[in-house]
Amino acid sequence: MDFNVLTIKGASALLKNKQVSSRELTQDAFAAIEKQDGQIHSFLTLEKDVAGKMAEAADARLAAGKGNALTGIPLGVKDCYLVEGFKAFSASKILDNYESQYEGPAIARLRAESPVFLGKTNTDEFTCGASTENSAYGTTHNPWDLDRVPGGSSGGSAAAVAAGLCLAALGTDTGGSIRQPSSLCGTVGLKNTYGRIPRFGVIPMASSLDTIGAITKTVEDMALMLQVMAGPDSRDATTPNAPIPNYSALLGKDIKGLKVGVPKEYFVEGMEAGVEQSVREGIKELEKLGAQIVDISLPYTKYAIPVYYLIVPSEVSSNMARFDAMRYGPRSKDAADVLEFYLENRGMGFGPEMKRRIMIGTHALSSGYYDAYYIKAQKVRTLIRQDFEQAFKNVDVIVTPTSPTTAFKIGAKNDDPLQMYLADIFTVSINLAGVPALNVPCGFSQPADGERELPVGMQIIGPNFSEDRLLQVGHAFEQATEWHQRKAQI
Amino acid sequence: MLTKEQVLKIAHLARLKLTEAEVEKYQGQLSQILDYVAMLDEVDVSKVEPTAQVTGLTNSMRPDEAKVSFGQSVSIREAAATQKGYFKVKAVL
Repeated sequence: MDFNVLTIKGASALLKNKQVSSRELTQDAFAAIEKQDGQIHSFLTLEKDVAGKMAEAADARLAAGKGNALTGIPLGVKDCYLVEGFKAFSASKILDNYESQYEGPAIARLRAESPVFLGKTNTDEFTCGASTENSAYGTTHNPWDLDRVPGGSSGGSAAAVAAGLCLAALGTDTGGSIRQPSSLCGTVGLKNTYGRIPRFGVIPMASSLDTIGAITKTVEDMALMLQVMAGPDSRDATTPNAPIPNYSALLGKDIKGLKVGVPKEYFVEGMEAGVEQSVREGIKELEKLGAQIVDISLPYTKYAIPVYYLIVPSEVSSNMARFDAMRYGPRSKDAADVLEFYLENRGMGFGPEMKRRIMIGTHALSSGYYDAYYIKAQKVRTLIRQDFEQAFKNVDVIVTPTSPTTAFKIGAKNDDPLQMYLADIFTVSINLAGVPALNVPCGFSQPADGERELPVGMQIIGPNFSEDRLLQVGHAFEQATEWHQRKAQI
Repeated sequence: MLTKEQVLKIAHLARLKLTEAEVEKYQGQLSQILDYVAMLDEVDVSKVEPTAQVTGLTNSMRPDEAKVSFGQSVSIREAAATQKGYFKVKAVL
């Protein structure tokens, strides 16, 4: 048994047959982290003692014959999740050394399965970014090429899963932060329908767009993770009481006759040639599996980035107002009065991208500008949402590239915020519409400035609460291809 | 293009102390971003309602009941300065 190629499903079978213990799997995970994470830097904090105890509890449960799908499985947790007793900085200096005082339903539901939480994974500060370079604790490196970014903001989680340091990891997706790093690292990533998993207990970024979910090695594993985390909770008022299907039920069912829409707006000038080629071949593969390919149009696509970069900073500036250094985080000792106290602590505590977003948002929400910026953006958001509603009258799912390029070099976009924003060009519309979307590996491309082949991801989008259908299509594709089996050589 | 004074005003509203170098950097970067989002001016939204949320929920209510939460010692545990079980803050008035 080779730990770094194990899946949840595979490990679960070994655990149930007593061929391995959770204690051994957990030791393997920490050994892999010790060996490789010095170069990758996917974990910010490790919790060896707690993980050891969780593994013992899992082994006891398995010995009693009461193991579930996730019992004993070593998982990584993105740093913006609160896990009681674990550190949680959301990769920001303003929360340096903060230890979670509580945890929310997503973590509690997982905990009820007796998995093992290894520690917290790196992210852009407060999940704001597309490369993990905005972390105040150093960037994560892509396991496929250590000179390149893993994507972001869930770059630590995607890199850890791709490098085989854990079997799956938790992420969050506000504008692509699960899917884009999954595309750049060759992992499976699902952005769930807005409200499918309660966000209570996860440090927020932009509340009308934030979703949480998992990054896994296979589609089957994703179904297992979602099954545990899905469902409403009274502490998050945005969680609809929608039926929770058996997310594994459609896996293995064929996709004959499925109508797949391909929007012309997602194949644009300037995208990497190898990315376009891989995604087009992926679409042909779906056709071979019996799907019917339909050309469609999502005409308001080009406005998604400007809408997103008004709504997000506005909501970020509002959410970040809570960080006043009084209830948590380090504080300056020499501020003369309360105003100076705020100015100094916030000026010191937030990194450059947070300052940009907080200021753009403060401006967009300020008196005299609110209607022109925030309300205008919300109105165009309606048009983008209607694009998808129209499209789903004629097709079952929509397939696009997840990212216009493979992983870019560390530092390449650092001084140009707008270029970094455009890295999300194929993912933000989905959050604006609220619908779910799944990234699956669909090939490899060698970028013009590199010598290695890097993973390419394909995005499968569906109407609200169609996660089971997306998993069915992703699984059918995965069964027909071998892309997900290639592993990074570090 | 935002003026230096506008950047300072926004930073003050956002309660962020900026260095001279930061003011200059953000003056350029914020202006560039605002110029870019001005692309939305070309969209006619005169007959469009704004979208604030996407799954059709309205006014989710729950019973207003007191529940056990974590206690005082845990509540103040993460604060850098406390006094007699309270958060210690600068004088407000």
